[in-house]
Amino acid sequence: MAIPWGTILWQMLRRTRDPVRCGGVFGHYPDPMRAALRVLGDLSVTAGLVVLLFCAYLLWGTGSYTAGQQALLREELLAEGVPPGGEAGEGRGGPPGPIRLGGAVAMLTIPRLGDDYRYAVVEGVDQDRLRMGPGHYPGTAMPGKIGNFVLSGHRTTYAAPFNRIDELRRGDLILVDAREARYTYRVTGKRVVDPAEIGVVAPVPGRPDREPTRALITLSTCHPEYSAAQRLIVSGELEERADRLGRSG
Amino acid sequence: MYGWIWRTLPGNLVTRGLTALVLAGLVAAVLWYVVFPWIEPRVSLDLTTVGR
Repeated sequence: MAIPWGTILWQMLRRTRDPVRCGGVFGHYPDPMRAALRVLGDLSVTAGLVVLLFCAYLLWGTGSYTAGQQALLREELLAEGVPPGGEAGEGRGGPPGPIRLGGAVAMLTIPRLGDDYRYAVVEGVDQDRLRMGPGHYPGTAMPGKIGNFVLSGHRTTYAAPFNRIDELRRGDLILVDAREARYTYRVTGKRVVDPAEIGVVAPVPGRPDREPTRALITLSTCHPEYSAAQRLIVSGELEERADRLGRSG
Repeated sequence: MYGWIWRTLPGNLVTRGLTALVLAGLVAAVLWYVVFPWIEPRVSLDLTTVGR
């Protein structure tokens, strides 16, 4: 059975132009109650559309800001001898200097999440820094050092760098290209914790009172996706250090 | 409300349709580039850190 869409549409358009029904904003319906309901309905539909558009903005609009900031961070790393591809090779060498808040820490590469999965890690985990990319908790260990190198990243907004870290399995590689060397970590486990569980960022996770003896990495993001109810934690341990060529000691 | 806007727009069907599209686009652009970036930090839907 064919639906006469053309006729229906035309009738709808005609109705709005019907001189008898025309009037002001409220003139369409003589009954003020119906007029008020009509405006309320229009406003509700508008609110719904605005919320939908806001969701689209969160998922896709915020990423362009992150992309721009990532380009700046990569340039900063390149100037320091870390190639944007993250591949091992010539570099500035030497011990890393102090890194300011908002500065680039290292390139993060996770092969399991795709050949082009590369993010420049920024120093700091406050709102402004995490919009630039994955952030390094200030005060936790630097890349490759004994202790816990802790990173945090958005799961759904701002390019969502840690969107898929739930797919990481034990044994997967996490490569961290710092100024002085490439550090290869291997995933040792993952778990979901309460947002208040600060023990996961301790030098020895879960044992804040202990002195660290191993170099660990911890990735944190929100969980479940689109929620802030819990945190997803991926842990790893340093396996290998490859110094950059040109290292001056 | 929308009915009133539509009736108020000048011109024939095509002109009105195009004007309505441009108006909708303008509203969307103001939301996307001005309103949303201002609101987003205030709602914080994607918290990733622990201990705060």
